[in-house]
Amino acid sequence: MSHTVGPSVWLMIAAIVVMATAGDVLLASAMRQIGDFDDIRAHAGLGGAVAAVLKNVRFLFGVLCMAVSFFSLLFALSWADVSLVAPASAALTFITNAFAAKWILKENVDRRRWFAAVCVGAGVFFLAR
Amino acid sequence: MQSTMTFRRYMVLVAVMLGASLGDTCLGIGMKHMGPVSIHHLSSLLLALRIPSVLIGILLLIGFFASYLTALSWADLSFVLPATSFGNVVVALLAKFWLHEHVSPARWAGILLITIGVGFVTQGPSYTNHSQIDSTDEEATVPAMASNVKEQSV
Repeated sequence: MSHTVGPSVWLMIAAIVVMATAGDVLLASAMRQIGDFDDIRAHAGLGGAVAAVLKNVRFLFGVLCMAVSFFSLLFALSWADVSLVAPASAALTFITNAFAAKWILKENVDRRRWFAAVCVGAGVFFLAR
Repeated sequence: MQSTMTFRRYMVLVAVMLGASLGDTCLGIGMKHMGPVSIHHLSSLLLALRIPSVLIGILLLIGFFASYLTALSWADLSFVLPATSFGNVVVALLAKFWLHEHVSPARWAGILLITIGVGFVTQGPSYTNHSQIDSTDEEATVPAMASNVKEQSV
């Protein structure tokens, strides 16, 4: 394990964060496109609801991004300490998700949500170290 | 934004936070029981499926993913992620009081920050109603257009 944190480690952390954020945004976008899951299950049953999710292209790309993020994490862990990579990527993902929710998903991210994202990001960083 | 949270929906959020944390913990316990896996013998990972805690962990993570998708169908991503991060706190508290592990002051600070963040976000609305935003934008645009027409006619 390396004890100096070089640019390549931060690049790997950035890759994890970007792919995790892309995955979350695509999954959220897919579920918004599909509609209320409880309503679909009430009308089409559990099988119909699962089929609606699995047929959605955004969902499939979201899962792909999540998988790439996971393998990037595994790759980064072979290069750098887990005490840096895990908390840094988890904390930064909360912040980038808040930006993505506002600018890509057009969610109403008010001061309350910004404050929560920063608090939770910092909290996860401290907790995972 | 509107608040559409019911008791059942709060239970889905609880399932998200507990499913991820407990699922990871079960997988960790199971893989420790199995021992290190060589990169040249990745097929031996299939043997992990015989370990009960690994199976329980996988089931919990499937439950987490289903609950996460359900939550995203009626709540914003910027609401679900902070609200469900409380699972990290649950794991830290379990480690302290059940497994009697040492929790450092930095971790207590992390628990406090997450609790404050979750408390803040869950007090607010859970879903952005885009149709309402669009109609509000239209209502705001129509008077502006009307005043422009008025100015031009004058």
